[in-house]
Amino acid sequence: MVNFGFAPLEIKIHDLDKSNLQLSSWIAERDETFTQCIACGCCTATCTAGKFTKFSFRELCHSIRRGEIAKAIAESEKCMLCGKCTLVCPRNVNTRNIVKLIRKANQKFKV
Amino acid sequence: MKYHPFVIPFSIGLAFVMLYIVGMWAYWIIRLSRREQKIVWKRLFSFRTIAAIWESMMEGLFHRKIFRKHALLGYMHMSLAFGWFMLIVLGNFESRLYPHSNINPPYYPIFFEFFRHDLSPLREYEEIFTFLMDFFLLLVISGVMLAFFKRIKSRILGMRRTTKHIRIDRIALTSLWFIFPLRILAESVTAGLYNTGHFFTNFLGQNVIYNLPLDQLYYPAWWAYSIALGLFFVTLPFSRYMHIPSEILLIFLRKYGVKEKEHHSTFTKIELNACSRCGICIDTCQLSTNLNISNTQPAYFLRDLRYSQPNEQLRETCMMCMRCVEACPVGIEVVKIRENERKEHQLYSENSYNYLNGYSYPKAKVAFFAGCMGHLTPSVIKSTLKLFEAAGVDYTFIDKDGSICCGRPLQLGGQAIAAKQLIDKNNALIHATGAELLVTTCPICAREFRHNYHLNIPVLHHSQYLLELVNSNRLKLKKTDLNVAYHDPCELSRGLSITEEPRELLSKTVNLVESGKQIGKNSLCCGGSLGATNISAEQRRTIAVATVNQITQADTNILATACPLCKKTFCSAQDTVAIQDIAEILANNLANIKNQNPTKKSAEREVITA
Ligand code: SF4
Ligand code: SF4
Ligand code: SF4
Ligand code: SF4
Repeated sequence: MVNFGFAPLEIKIHDLDKSNLQLSSWIAERDETFTQCIACGCCTATCTAGKFTKFSFRELCHSIRRGEIAKAIAESEKCMLCGKCTLVCPRNVNTRNIVKLIRKANQKFKV
Repeated sequence: MKYHPFVIPFSIGLAFVMLYIVGMWAYWIIRLSRREQKIVWKRLFSFRTIAAIWESMMEGLFHRKIFRKHALLGYMHMSLAFGWFMLIVLGNFESRLYPHSNINPPYYPIFFEFFRHDLSPLREYEEIFTFLMDFFLLLVISGVMLAFFKRIKSRILGMRRTTKHIRIDRIALTSLWFIFPLRILAESVTAGLYNTGHFFTNFLGQNVIYNLPLDQLYYPAWWAYSIALGLFFVTLPFSRYMHIPSEILLIFLRKYGVKEKEHHSTFTKIELNACSRCGICIDTCQLSTNLNISNTQPAYFLRDLRYSQPNEQLRETCMMCMRCVEACPVGIEVVKIRENERKEHQLYSENSYNYLNGYSYPKAKVAFFAGCMGHLTPSVIKSTLKLFEAAGVDYTFIDKDGSICCGRPLQLGGQAIAAKQLIDKNNALIHATGAELLVTTCPICAREFRHNYHLNIPVLHHSQYLLELVNSNRLKLKKTDLNVAYHDPCELSRGLSITEEPRELLSKTVNLVESGKQIGKNSLCCGGSLGATNISAEQRRTIAVATVNQITQADTNILATACPLCKKTFCSAQDTVAIQDIAEILANNLANIKNQNPTKKSAEREVITA
């Protein structure tokens, strides 16, 4: 590797080739709208839970795609299933179903 | 005592089914909870029992509710149930009036025509009995024929589709269909040989089949009739026909005040058995009519739950709109049962919403709660508050800076533990505002507050509160000539029985033009329902468009709703008709003169709500 005189911190590096995409593909198989998310953040902007705590459906999707399964599962518990995000999503992502799938994965993958 | 071996199949069947029914009734009653047994016992000798007997007759024999849905369908059910019942009752009277036959074995009245050919000992009653027996036999057979046609062409009887039955139901159904033609055959053959019967069987025997070898047909016909009866009785407890005894018990228990709880109970078992799989719920369901999903309705869901476990797809594919509950002639609490079944699969923990600790709502007198969906439709909030201002209501918009979900969406998804957490928190916070009245624009919240919170203050949907304000002259409205149709939201109409207030309110300012039968408690779902998580956005739009088309006409200017979720769903699905909440329509037609000099109180309010 070229030495630039500085380097990224080890812990900040995310090697996508080594990501654990188990949950990502498990969800995509069960709800294909998961793959339609463009990370626009509309869901986050409207989120009921997001008014009270640092929680975002968009980030949830991100985490799953990066293989941060444990983090995603823990975070997903904050969702109130209120359904606002489903109504605002421009890509028709079936957000509530995906949250439920993530919660289900908690029992399935026992992480 | 008269006897012939052909009565054996019937007698075995009858003994079996009677023992089974009595056994099941006893078992169910014993398995009711202590509290339920107590209320049943306490109310046993009251007016409720008479009401229950009356309802059992009206529903069990005459099928009043089915008549209301479709006359011919009602006739079909009535002719089978009432006709058969009368045949049994009259047969018993007839055999008892007959001299020297006081000790009757159960088969004796059923096969009376076989045992007694000379009915002259009945004297003046002979004519009337033979006539009535033939009349009711004709009534029953007309019902059987209609039932047969219904399988081939259900539309004639007002049904788009009939239930797809499992094997045991088909066996029971076939033996039931065979019973009456075989009875006619047996009685006609007898009439041909011995000149018995009246206008129907006597005519058939003497004039139609007289040149058949009646001697040789005589015993086989009675054997076949008895076997068909026996087979039907033996299959009854395991088939859909178990609904007959179960429904009677259900009607009584319901009259005494027993109902579904927050989990499956013995009462659920009774309800499951009381479903006749008539299929009326399938036709009522928009998943079937609009999306062609016709395998998840209560007829199938309850069936699978009765015999084993419904699969996930069956359990989850339902908008929980309650249309089927309203339509079910047996009155089964289907949606509650489905909600409880979903509860078997908890996904959340008890600590999900600890992050809400420390949050509070401002103090209030009249608390206005917009809820999650309310916040998605700011124009509804704005209009409602404008109306409150105009009427001089001392309100506080308590969830202006963040609304805790009422918990209903979680409940609809079966997440009872998580829902309870939200409910407890929200309940405490609303209580702490010190409000004397809670008003919300969202029917989902309103229903949840009323049914599952313990707030000790009145909870009003904004349509109710606005009507109060109009009626007390605090709000003055202009009359316009807009043609407005009104859409009843599920949670408001079926959930809270609020159907008149919004209409009354609208008629004060616009022309309320309504068409069709899908109004009030029979209203259609907008498709946006939070009850289903597995239908796609496209499917939701299909439902929404179909609903709008059905409740509006070419000259409808505005489709009014009273639910922010309905409004949002309709708006994003179509743009042929303008969709407005009641509050918006009212706010546009306000005739109040604006308060020029704000009082100190309203100035303070400005500060709070700013
Ligand atoms: S609104 Fe829809 S597309 Fe946008 S980030 Fe959220 S889920 Fe993805
Ligand atoms: S359903 Fe969950 S993620 Fe979506 S807006 Fe509500 S709380 Fe946020
Ligand atoms: S749930 Fe009611 S409407 Fe549906 S099949 Fe059963 S009895 Fe008929
Ligand atoms: S509740 Fe509504 S969606 Fe569900 S089965 Fe009944 S009619 Fe269909």
